[in-house]
Amino acid sequence: MICQQCGKRPATVHLTKIVNGQKSERHLCESCANELGELQFVPGAFSFPNILGSFFSADAPPGSPPVQTLRCPTCGLTYHQFTQVSRFGCPQCYKAFVPVLDPVLRRIHGSSTHTGKVPRRGGGRLRLRRELEHLKEQLQEKVRLEQFEEAARLRDQIRDLEQRLSG
Amino acid sequence: MSLDDFVHRTASYWMRGDGPEDEIVISTRVRLARNMADLPFPMLATDRQMEELLHRVNDAIQHPTMKDLGRFEMVPMRQVSELDRQVLMEKHLISPDLVDNPRRSAVILRDDETVSIMVGEEDHLRIQCLFPGLQLKPAWDLASRVDDALEATLDWAYDEKRGYLTACPTNAGTGMRSSVMMHLPALVLTDQIRRVLGAISQVGLAVRGIYGEGTEAVGNLFQVSNQITLGQSEEEIIHNLYGVTRQLIEHERRARQLLMDQNQAELEDRIGRSYGVLRYARRLDSKETMQRLSDVRLGIDLGIITGVSKGILKELMVLTRPALLQMYEGRELSPEERDVRRAALVRERLAA
Repeated sequence: MICQQCGKRPATVHLTKIVNGQKSERHLCESCANELGELQFVPGAFSFPNILGSFFSADAPPGSPPVQTLRCPTCGLTYHQFTQVSRFGCPQCYKAFVPVLDPVLRRIHGSSTHTGKVPRRGGGRLRLRRELEHLKEQLQEKVRLEQFEEAARLRDQIRDLEQRLSG
Repeated sequence: MSLDDFVHRTASYWMRGDGPEDEIVISTRVRLARNMADLPFPMLATDRQMEELLHRVNDAIQHPTMKDLGRFEMVPMRQVSELDRQVLMEKHLISPDLVDNPRRSAVILRDDETVSIMVGEEDHLRIQCLFPGLQLKPAWDLASRVDDALEATLDWAYDEKRGYLTACPTNAGTGMRSSVMMHLPALVLTDQIRRVLGAISQVGLAVRGIYGEGTEAVGNLFQVSNQITLGQSEEEIIHNLYGVTRQLIEHERRARQLLMDQNQAELEDRIGRSYGVLRYARRLDSKETMQRLSDVRLGIDLGIITGVSKGILKELMVLTRPALLQMYEGRELSPEERDVRRAALVRERLAA
């Protein structure tokens, strides 16, 4: 296919635009596409950080400090900067922005609390606590199904774990 | 170098191997985002901090826990030529970000290229496992074992309530993005794809075309992935994605049957024409190549074309990408030359 603009070079850039439901296609060579600015997305016009940024519009719970002035003491990122780039600066930002974090996370994920994996080494007691919760759920299930031998085995495991946690 | 040698040398396990449901599911990927507890994320890290990161990670892969999982090698991106970086991207081993910003980043590859770990992308580490076919559980298991092996010596940024802390809040929690690449030609041909994909986005999953945008996916290849990373465990996320993938497979199978029952002659004509073009054309651009390959693969699946390996779509969709073509030729090629060489490579592969 030949470039629709210069009619000379082969078209290597294939654009499909859908504007208000009107679809149009253009086939251009790289240099014409560059010249026409088809490859440049206007900064600020439509970008992922901007869409995400609108998620973070400040509505902190009443009584909390004004959110725009929040600043991470470790890396120096301000909450305002965070809403611009939609990225945290360092792990400690999660603590620094705590007054606004819950609504932000809930809007993205529908939840603000992790229920998945715990680090094997770094997880320490948390890992044991999660395992304990898991065993207790299993125990209830076995009792419900009247599988008492299995249940007894689980109960022993739970006792063992509880001793390790309190010891 | 013969084409056979080249294919053998360049094909990762996900491209070569067979896998469950690989009639429709091309590949499965699980990616985990991990960060050091005591360093700023790459966006704000200084050059020295990034050096420190690369050092620590290089030490971590020398540890026995990593050696148990295979042979890993770390390659700083600044030592990789731009063409080779593009090749890595075309093989889905690194992201475009690493191609464009090689200065402070590295990739760690296991020798079979099932595991690739990007260092210094948006997060400190991105552990990625790629398998052929539908293998969410094996991919998650392996990624999790690599995570454990690295965590034996590295301290992850982890919070009891928020889980694994990531640069972007859309990844926080599990830090996991799991995805399946699917070939859905019959859903596209029967015009059901829009409806089906619309339904998927209702359940916390995202769909996008692999080469191309939205429903305009070139080669009828779609990637389905989880969007939510917080509030669901890794197992739940994988279970949901697996369930939806199974449904998509069923829909695609039914659509294929429908086409065979109602439009067999037309379908056979379309597939035969595409096969003819791929076997005899002298110039092929990448878009046409993908579309024709999709038809031929459907023809193989339906028994309309025999004697051609079903792996041909997976193999050629990667090998005919611009950077891999140029690597095979051993020199830079203009777009016109690429089209000529692409057609030659496809002809040779189909005649074999």
